[in-house]
Amino acid sequence: MLIERKWKKWLYFYLPMAAFIVFTLFPFYWMAITAFRPDAELYATWRQPNAAPLWTLQPTLEHIKGLLQTTAFPTWLWNTMAIAIVSTAISLVCGMFAGYALARLRFRGSEFLGTAIFITYLVPQTLLFIPLADIVRDLQLGNTPWALMLTYPTFLIPFCTWLLMGYFKTIPKELEECARIDGATRFGAMVRIIFPVAIPGILSAGIFAFTLSWNEFIYALVFMASADQKTVPVGVVSELIRGDIFFWGQLMAGALLGSVPVAIVYSFFVEYYVTGLTGSVKG
Amino acid sequence: MASVSIRELNKKYDNGFHAVKDVNLEIRDKEFMVLVGPSGCGKTTTLRMVAGLEEITSGEIRIGERVINDLPPMDRDIAMVFQNYALYPHKTVFDNMAFGLQMRGYSKEEVGKRVKEAADILGIEMLLERKPRQLSGGQRQRVAVGRAIVRHPQVFLFDEPLSNLDAKLRVQMRVELKRLHERLETTAIYVTHDQVEAMTLGTRVVVMKDGRVQQVGEPLELYGRPANKFVAGFIGSPAMNFVDVSISGDGLRAETEGLRLQIPERLRAHGGKRLTLGVRPEALRIANGSDQHSFATTVDVVEPLGNEILLNFRAGGVPMVARVDPGVRVKAHENIRFALDPGRLHFFDAKTEAAI
Repeated sequence: MLIERKWKKWLYFYLPMAAFIVFTLFPFYWMAITAFRPDAELYATWRQPNAAPLWTLQPTLEHIKGLLQTTAFPTWLWNTMAIAIVSTAISLVCGMFAGYALARLRFRGSEFLGTAIFITYLVPQTLLFIPLADIVRDLQLGNTPWALMLTYPTFLIPFCTWLLMGYFKTIPKELEECARIDGATRFGAMVRIIFPVAIPGILSAGIFAFTLSWNEFIYALVFMASADQKTVPVGVVSELIRGDIFFWGQLMAGALLGSVPVAIVYSFFVEYYVTGLTGSVKG
Repeated sequence: MASVSIRELNKKYDNGFHAVKDVNLEIRDKEFMVLVGPSGCGKTTTLRMVAGLEEITSGEIRIGERVINDLPPMDRDIAMVFQNYALYPHKTVFDNMAFGLQMRGYSKEEVGKRVKEAADILGIEMLLERKPRQLSGGQRQRVAVGRAIVRHPQVFLFDEPLSNLDAKLRVQMRVELKRLHERLETTAIYVTHDQVEAMTLGTRVVVMKDGRVQQVGEPLELYGRPANKFVAGFIGSPAMNFVDVSISGDGLRAETEGLRLQIPERLRAHGGKRLTLGVRPEALRIANGSDQHSFATTVDVVEPLGNEILLNFRAGGVPMVARVDPGVRVKAHENIRFALDPGRLHFFDAKTEAAI
């Protein structure tokens, strides 16, 4: 009985799990291995004797060196970081207040407003960038970081608002009522009690928003023209694919270095992130 | 310390639901007033209006001499204990209790002194550094009470504070609350759906149903002289037995299928009418030969509880229950005669349900 169970556990749990992990992580592995593989190996055919497509025998840092020396990668990294942090901060602050209002305040049209905010999230960016480009030009923000810091919240705020609204609804309203009896105003109760209790939700909204703006491509492509203003996703693709030549080593080195900050952010907050998406608060 | 006066209080929600209807209550200084009733009877809404958490549709609430209708909760000088405790999960027990004082700008020494004093009273000194999630249900309840008493408010409001505790702990906390009230002598309004809690805790008890006050009185008064059939049925466990009877010609006999009773002189005026007869389970006893007012029946179910035995049977076409001495030996399906004392019968108008 016990042996059979063990066998079943392997078949139904470990095996699918292992397959899933390989499937998910393989692109990352491929990215990493390509970043450290010398060009001679990269462009050799697989049929050549001693070919080792899945690993490298002579790891090299030349792609990373090339990326940092011949392109504006450090500047892109800095741009991406600054834009992601500012747009996440703007979106979180707006999302916290809007989410709280939609979750807690009863006012005429609150449901309509909630739905309307959600619908704006559903408008595809590939459509929205056209009118936004017009606005960015009118405000003379084109080719400055502000073009992205102010346009990213158009999709981040609805997202944060909805995620936080859901989280605020799981917090018992008695907590706030008790704070108001204890001597806090509605605003005071929100800031002193509800926001601290909602930290897991706020962090996960923040991580999501940060990742979304870090990886954003189309606005960054359209609104930023000069090489020193680009973000990592756009910079890597536009500067390292010249004509029909792909600089695979540097492309992958750029992708690898570009994903490190996101990975750090995730690993740092992973526990909060999970409770933020799944858990609720107990009083 | 203060009295609370509620006049013509009404609450109508936006969806048209009329939750509280013309409630009038005078809660005296230092009184422990319990609001009791089935769920949806408006007791919690009334309490929340006193707290300032629910808007008042019409009417007036005074604490002492102040009309508090439009004051925000923080300015009403009240403290409330919630059913789910509502402890701030991110604060320690000390900070939970200190929050209200800090918000009101008390000095650090005063805050520390008062929290310590309250913790002493409740026996939670050793928990002050813990977070609420590290506490058991009973401990959380104590902290919630502690948070209320540190502020020395004029009125305590309790919203079913014991319902989340297990049965044993509930009985224990009930006694502690009563002791605490005797010690602090603060006016308290306490909402519960549990009539035992209401009877044991209340100086006076308000029974509510469908948004209206049914009766206000001391516990034994409600038990002994219920104002209507609802109160009679709600207070007391097992509940009062009801059977519809008609008062026969000479006005002194209540009759229904299988039951015929001599009734008190005061009911002469109701001759020929239909009334509801109410009998408390403890007003029934097993008849001996000399009893005049008795009837025969068959016991269906025997519930031996140790300190008493409950006998379930049918009489006058309805199921009834009698509470008898544990020494009585009765088996299920046994034929038996019950006697009752005419002085301990209750009569209610069949239509208005008011006591006669």
